Amino acid sequence: MSVFLDQCYEHMNKGEVIVAYKGTIGADIITNTLSLVELKLEDIDVQNAVKKKLYNILVESLQNLYHHVDVPLNNGKSDDCKSNFGIFILSKLDDAFRISTGNFIHHDRIPVIKGKIDKINSLSEEELKEFYKFVLNNQKFSEKGGGGLGLIDMARKSGNKLDYKFFKYSDDFEFFNLTVVINAPSNLN
Amino acid sequence: MELINIEGTPKTPTITMNAESGVIDIKGRSIPENSIEFYKPIVDWLEEYAKTPASKTVVNVQLEYFNTSSSKCILDVFKKLEVLKKNNNDVIINWYYEEDDEDMLEAGEDYESIIKVPFKMIQIVD
Repeated sequence: MSVFLDQCYEHMNKGEVIVAYKGTIGADIITNTLSLVELKLEDIDVQNAVKKKLYNILVESLQNLYHHVDVPLNNGKSDDCKSNFGIFILSKLDDAFRISTGNFIHHDRIPVIKGKIDKINSLSEEELKEFYKFVLNNQKFSEKGGGGLGLIDMARKSGNKLDYKFFKYSDDFEFFNLTVVINAPSNLN
Repeated sequence: MELINIEGTPKTPTITMNAESGVIDIKGRSIPENSIEFYKPIVDWLEEYAKTPASKTVVNVQLEYFNTSSSKCILDVFKKLEVLKKNNNDVIINWYYEEDDEDMLEAGEDYESIIKVPFKMIQIVD
């Protein structure tokens, strides 16, 4: 792995890692990760409702990654350029879980992604609900099968703002890192 | 009409559709990467069913998880039921949610506010 990706990974890596992955993102990896996480969550002492929320948001994060990693990066610069490359890290903080995903995107797409997340982050809980319903009812599926609802859903279910960062990789490409935190108050016994 | 009986998988729900009884059950998880493909036969079946529906159509939705890709398809299913209702047929959607699952209840309420079909929110108690 290149120094560049090591740096991205280090930035993404916080807390105690439950599952971390870097490599090709495919449907099988997602399926396997989800069952692994489900198994691991059985041993973690948090409320069932939090586990459900976490699982739901993890599904969206991974599928979001799956639908958007296929940027052709064949500019021959290094091994990083393999298409379908992605990173995800699920970790446990003191009183929260943290899901961080990362993938390469073309420079031109940054304004759209940034605009979308900034808009989501500017909305109140009630506005987010209305926005979700609007997109659900009015927007067609994209070619990739994404419904444009993933990010809204992640913000809505987590109740937290979406955190993002772009790392410049080349003139054309950047590494896009998205992080969402799910609050998990310790179980009161 | 043909009976639909789809067995559930870790990513897709169990679905049974009976044109004679008018009972439709959707149960389990719906988190496939491409849900359009999965839901197409269901939407097609409903379109056919709407031509000669049972006197009462009861739709039981009991999902543990569903992703946003499925949420669009579920809306498509409900839109078919809305047409049925509009044509003066008796239709009800029973939306089940687990006691502590506020997100699932809220998801049901979202649909209820979009779709003009009576919903009944039913809490599952262990």
